[in-house]
Amino acid sequence: MKELSISELEARFQDKIDREIKIEPNDWMPDEYRKTLIRQISQHAHSEVVGMLPEGNWISRAPNLRRKAVLLAKVQDEAGHGLYLYSATETLGADRESTIDDMHEGKAKYSSIFNYPALTWADIGAIGWLVDGAAILNQVALCRTSYGPYARAMVKICKEESFHQRQGYESLMVLAKGTTEQKAMAQDALNRFWWPALMMFGPSDKDSPHSAQSMKWKIKRLSNDELRQNFVDATVPQAEILGLTIPDEKLKWNEERGHYDFSEINWDEFYQVLAGNGPCNRERVEARKKAKEEGAWVREAANAFAAKRAMKKTA
Amino acid sequence: MSATEWPLWEVFIRSKQGLNHKHVGSLRAADATMALENARDVYTRRSEGISIWVVESNYVHANDPSDSEEFFEPSDTKIYRHPTFYDVPDGVKHM
Repeated sequence: MKELSISELEARFQDKIDREIKIEPNDWMPDEYRKTLIRQISQHAHSEVVGMLPEGNWISRAPNLRRKAVLLAKVQDEAGHGLYLYSATETLGADRESTIDDMHEGKAKYSSIFNYPALTWADIGAIGWLVDGAAILNQVALCRTSYGPYARAMVKICKEESFHQRQGYESLMVLAKGTTEQKAMAQDALNRFWWPALMMFGPSDKDSPHSAQSMKWKIKRLSNDELRQNFVDATVPQAEILGLTIPDEKLKWNEERGHYDFSEINWDEFYQVLAGNGPCNRERVEARKKAKEEGAWVREAANAFAAKRAMKKTA
Repeated sequence: MSATEWPLWEVFIRSKQGLNHKHVGSLRAADATMALENARDVYTRRSEGISIWVVESNYVHANDPSDSEEFFEPSDTKIYRHPTFYDVPDGVKHM
């Protein structure tokens, strides 16, 4: 094969992207494309895993067996989603253990939403409805991302996640139609999770420096602000059916735009949480580190057991 | 890779009797038995399969995609392997 220069390889690569041909693990790709993907996918994987913490905390306190079984199944799904995504980073040559260590050392991020606490049972409903709802919009767009293994993981995740949002909405509906106290609890959960859910789509397009290149490479298919607007448009009527009020006085249908107008996000809070100063940042990372350290013996025992089983076979 | 890290396995699933096994992803496990159990837990939580194969990723050999033009050249140049290569009068049926 004749040697191609970097610029020729880059031109061929961009041509494939432009023609909607997926990039697969062994294909040539620019280093920056690989790095961006490893950063984004591992961040996504960390979010799935850290996302288990606020919900896992409520499994033993679910109000009945049905809700408990559902929550267990949901948390188990999130673990699976983390695994699909870590596997996708491995196809890019990333070392899974070191991507996890990066998160533990604060070098890699996870979704800022999980730095907010789940204080009441209503929060578990609100998380399913709003947090999974926001995640699904983002993930549906990512089903068409240019990197094959990432897109395939997204397809599988989206299929599994649709129940996550519905169970949350259903659970919140019970509270919203319940006693005055229950309804107040549902409203309180919405009040606390609405703005953090909107922040999940990331900084405004004008402040998102990596976005243009990611859009050109079709890693991202819709911008942060487009996704956020889609989320608001989809969620407002759902809140009306619940009989709950979205905590934004400026929220109003704009006939001309065909979209809801809403207030500016408190970006200061967003950047504070991102910088590690949210209500639960320290607790989440500590819990993950503890899980890794205290689970080490399980991984070692599995290896020892595998070695013993292999010896028995040859004996 | 740390001393405790488990090997990587590729997972193939037959979704129903009569269909072939299809690659669905990968996972890590200490040995084949545990890889099968993990694959069941991770890739078939919603009845996606009735049979699972796991193969240690080290044993999968692939052609180099940068040579794929040459590698697949023999099939691209033999258009007479396709039925549409042959002219048959319009009236001929069942062919």
